[in-house]
Amino acid sequence: MPDAAYLTSVVAVAAAVTWTLRALPFAMLAPLRASKVVPYLAASMPVGVMAILVVHTLRDVPHHGAPVGIAIAATVALHLWRRDVVLSIAGGTAIHVVLASLVFTG
Amino acid sequence: MMSRQVLPVGFAVAAMGLAFGVLVTRSGLPWWWATIFAAVIFAGSLEFLLLGLVTAVAPLGQVAAAAFLVNFRHVFYAMSFPLHRVPGVAAKAYSTFALTDEAYALTARPEAQSWSRARILGLQAFVHVFWAGSVTVGALGGTLIPPEVKGLDFAVTALFLVLGIDAFRDRRDVPAVVVALACALVGHAVFGEQMLVAAMAMFTLFLLARYALRRA
Repeated sequence: MPDAAYLTSVVAVAAAVTWTLRALPFAMLAPLRASKVVPYLAASMPVGVMAILVVHTLRDVPHHGAPVGIAIAATVALHLWRRDVVLSIAGGTAIHVVLASLVFTG
Repeated sequence: MMSRQVLPVGFAVAAMGLAFGVLVTRSGLPWWWATIFAAVIFAGSLEFLLLGLVTAVAPLGQVAAAAFLVNFRHVFYAMSFPLHRVPGVAAKAYSTFALTDEAYALTARPEAQSWSRARILGLQAFVHVFWAGSVTVGALGGTLIPPEVKGLDFAVTALFLVLGIDAFRDRRDVPAVVVALACALVGHAVFGEQMLVAAMAMFTLFLLARYALRRA
């Protein structure tokens, strides 16, 4: 289990990087507006970053494939249908909890 | 001051905050770390991701790279956020610190360019308090959920899945999705637990190469 010193460093590093990304662009707005590659990256990165993060969260699951597969299908279907972020996450997670706790208990 | 646009954002933030708080407790960390993560980092999707990294005691370099890649999109927000309406060094420091996706979305309308400092800081503080407060409530309430309830951590997968679908709706970039998935699988096969940074670096190189080819 991580200790307090490690957790404090993680919070400091994550907060510093995040704040820099949010604050620094205001100091260089002119070159940012002139640049074409920065807006291109900012617009093109999210879909791929999210795809990689989905795979990253699933890296430990191979032996419990069924609940995860069904829950992913349910989350995608809910989101395509209702387009409600909170509803899709809550619905998909509820289905996964039921499958993992009650159905696929082995 | 709280307009009709702000309250729905508050409810969505609170729902995600409750989920994050529960996951912090379930991961075995003391509940107050949930409050510290939420109040000090104040970047929702990164906090969900960090939970998995800290329980695996990932190196700090990996934490920094993950924070950079997940939050790079914020670089773009400076182009429209009305920071010129927020005078004062301390006020500007807080306003940039609290420049979340929600703050960006709420100020993306043209009329926000004439909002007062109090209104802009007020809506940012409102999102901040809702986030840190709901995370704390979730972390305290999470201890009441019996251990037989398994699989709550799927909320993190679902979050990234839903954000990915929304990003795909903005730009129907099929090659980017296919290449990103390939990068993730190659990264996992070669680097195992350390796949995240390698996969995102390969994907960024792909985007830069495609950009260079289109300009050529």
